[in-house]
Amino acid sequence: MVARFVTLKLTLMGNTFRKSVWQTIGMVVAALYALGVVGALVTLVGALAYVGDPAWAGLAITLGGALTVVGWWIIPIFAFGVDATLDPHRFATYAIPRRTLLAGLAVAGLVSVPGIATVLVAIGTSFAWVLEPGVLVVALLGAVLGVATCVIGSRAITTLLAPVLESRRYREVVTIVAVMLVVMTGPLIGWLANDVEVSVEADPGSGSSMGMLLLPLFEQAAALVGWTPFGAAWSLAGTAHDGDWAGLAGHLAVALGTIGLAWLVWDRALARALERPPVGDGSGGKAKGLGAFGRVPFSPTWAVAARTATYWVRDPRYSGSIAIVPLLPVVMYVSAQSTGNFFMLLATGPFVAWILGFSISNDVGYDNTAFALHVAAGVDGRADRWGRAIPMLLVGPVVCVATVVVSVWIADSWHLTLPLLGLSLGLLLVGTAVSCAVSARLVYPVAKPGESPLKSPQGAATATIVSQGLGFLVTAGLSLPVLAMGVAALMLGGVLWGAATLVVCVLYGALILVLAVRFGARVYNRRLPELLQQVQSFP
Amino acid sequence: MSYLAATLGAMTTPVDPSPPGSPDPQGVPEPPRHDPSAALSVRGLWKRFGQKTAVAGVSLDVPAGSFYGLVGPNGAGKTTMLSMATGLLRPDLGGAWVHGVDLWARPDVAKATLGVLPDGVRLFDRLTGRQLLTYAGMLRGMEKDTVIERTDDLLLAFDLGADADTFVVDYSAGMTKKIALGSAMIHAPRTLVLDEPFEAVDPVSAANIRDILKDYVAGGGTVIVSSHVMDLVQRMCDHVAVMAAGQVLAAGTVDEVRGEQSLEDRFVDLVGGRQHSEGLSWLRGS
Repeated sequence: MVARFVTLKLTLMGNTFRKSVWQTIGMVVAALYALGVVGALVTLVGALAYVGDPAWAGLAITLGGALTVVGWWIIPIFAFGVDATLDPHRFATYAIPRRTLLAGLAVAGLVSVPGIATVLVAIGTSFAWVLEPGVLVVALLGAVLGVATCVIGSRAITTLLAPVLESRRYREVVTIVAVMLVVMTGPLIGWLANDVEVSVEADPGSGSSMGMLLLPLFEQAAALVGWTPFGAAWSLAGTAHDGDWAGLAGHLAVALGTIGLAWLVWDRALARALERPPVGDGSGGKAKGLGAFGRVPFSPTWAVAARTATYWVRDPRYSGSIAIVPLLPVVMYVSAQSTGNFFMLLATGPFVAWILGFSISNDVGYDNTAFALHVAAGVDGRADRWGRAIPMLLVGPVVCVATVVVSVWIADSWHLTLPLLGLSLGLLLVGTAVSCAVSARLVYPVAKPGESPLKSPQGAATATIVSQGLGFLVTAGLSLPVLAMGVAALMLGGVLWGAATLVVCVLYGALILVLAVRFGARVYNRRLPELLQQVQSFP
Repeated sequence: MSYLAATLGAMTTPVDPSPPGSPDPQGVPEPPRHDPSAALSVRGLWKRFGQKTAVAGVSLDVPAGSFYGLVGPNGAGKTTMLSMATGLLRPDLGGAWVHGVDLWARPDVAKATLGVLPDGVRLFDRLTGRQLLTYAGMLRGMEKDTVIERTDDLLLAFDLGADADTFVVDYSAGMTKKIALGSAMIHAPRTLVLDEPFEAVDPVSAANIRDILKDYVAGGGTVIVSSHVMDLVQRMCDHVAVMAAGQVLAAGTVDEVRGEQSLEDRFVDLVGGRQHSEGLSWLRGS
């Protein structure tokens, strides 16, 4: 039975290969990358053991292993539903004993790129103890227990939380948090690395390496982590190496206890899940009255505008990307702090403007087949195009001005305010204009309504790259006058130049916008049914 | 005509010869003129998706003021045909006329008199039921007071008053169908084209919807529904067309089409495919 689950998982994987070449390529790249990481980690730990002290390898395995467990337990909460190939609900109608189902799902859970990589690293790093056969055996046991902790714990948590995770509102909140985390990782790592660098540089005389400085810290951490569910299994070998038999027994008890408890939790949660299939959370989202629709003039154009504005707030695919915008200045500020160069910080305003303008370039793709309402009603291209642009034209300038003001305030470069405002508003208008024209012609698949924005649709890589690349190029080309004017003003300085830049950029942007909407509307009216057919053909 | 013949010749998948008594798209390609008095008149509609011919030369007249049923097995091309007749899908060949207005030449005029419930499309489901109806009305360029008044009426008629402020994404399948139906009717179109309007709708709501549609027809409107449920079509519609494999096999008043038989038996006769074998003998209770 367990073998059948593994076969099923492999078949599912194989079928995705057959569906799209791009996915196969993506999978191969992911596998190669994972292999590289596995190789690097095993080599690193091996080197620590042979070149340095085997105890160091023990430290590395304990801490790294604990991190891996945390990853396995936490990531599925954020990426929930991204991979539901073996959703237990799908087996609810088959008479499979729960024990068999659990074992099958647990083993099948390993059949994935991260799963196989975890197994390889766990076993490979165990061989750091190859010179001490007794410890090697303990290490291999620890590896097996560690991997089991990862998989079973991960399954237990997702199954236990499934009722919560499946509720729409939770998914939306988590999605937005996850998007923000993804955006913040880069700067956070850069910032941390910078700090460590600084602390090491502060003490160059001692001649000791960074590792030596941090060794006591690692030892303390490992000693502590070894007693937690996360690190217990991984610390077995290190403890055995030290000859601490009482400690070994204790760690083993914690490790086995963790797995046992996780198994029990998973078993119970699965029993409950199978007996009570998922149903809606009952309450459902509510909003009183007409909302934005009650506050706009009654016309098709404003109808589209009100609907777009409502979606920006309510649809996590939009609100997720909007939540990033306030983070951008923070990211820029952090990087400006570390480099001491305020250029990046001052570029935030124009950058935010560009992102905002570009963000509506696939609006019809986001509508998905709901767009049929526009087609059936025969909405005029002009109404559709302007309607989608209006919320951006109302909110975008406020955001741009705020970003510019904050950035010049922090950089204390008030004399650059006017040219930066001109640049930002000009780019916002040109970006919005290009989006209005492009979204009537180039539609590419995105996460469907209700799906996680982190989930990239299958087999859409080429269309996405071509569409975005083309939109990017056209925007860049049309922005040249704005950029030239802005840069000239920044170089030459002076209030007059600044004011001139502001006026010219805004007027130029407005002109491009009017022309682009006219063009986009013509294209839209001509290919309305084809647009619908395109979104209907999305996978 | 030579263009049509050339295209027909180029089709790699041969079209099955039609049963006797029904219009044969190969022998008699199409009647030259549409019927200007019909609520909906389509002529020689063709659509291919890759290798598959979904609709192969459909011509049909839906008389004004009729309650017209369109029946056919799964994959008969009903949805594709209705999409081409309502401006949602551009036909490879052929045309559609709504009250004599050429749909594909003057879509704005034709679409204004059409109310469409497409099958298998999403709704703007992050809006509440009330907002979705309002949105549909606004897109049609209606006056504010009319939209608000009709939104309330529709919510009441479809028994959605209690859920007017709930997001459509949290609606059940039947409620979703009803709100979609509401947004197809809010502009009081002269012709309603409804693809599978009763799917997933509970019996009470279905009866209410039937009453609403009957009233609408009595008031001079035209309704075209596609359905799998023969019994429903026989009771509800006065005209019916049977489609299979992308072609119309029979069309006319319900009595003309069914003759002495029930509509269901006649349908099975026309479409074929009934299994008269032993069946699943092992499935009988032990």
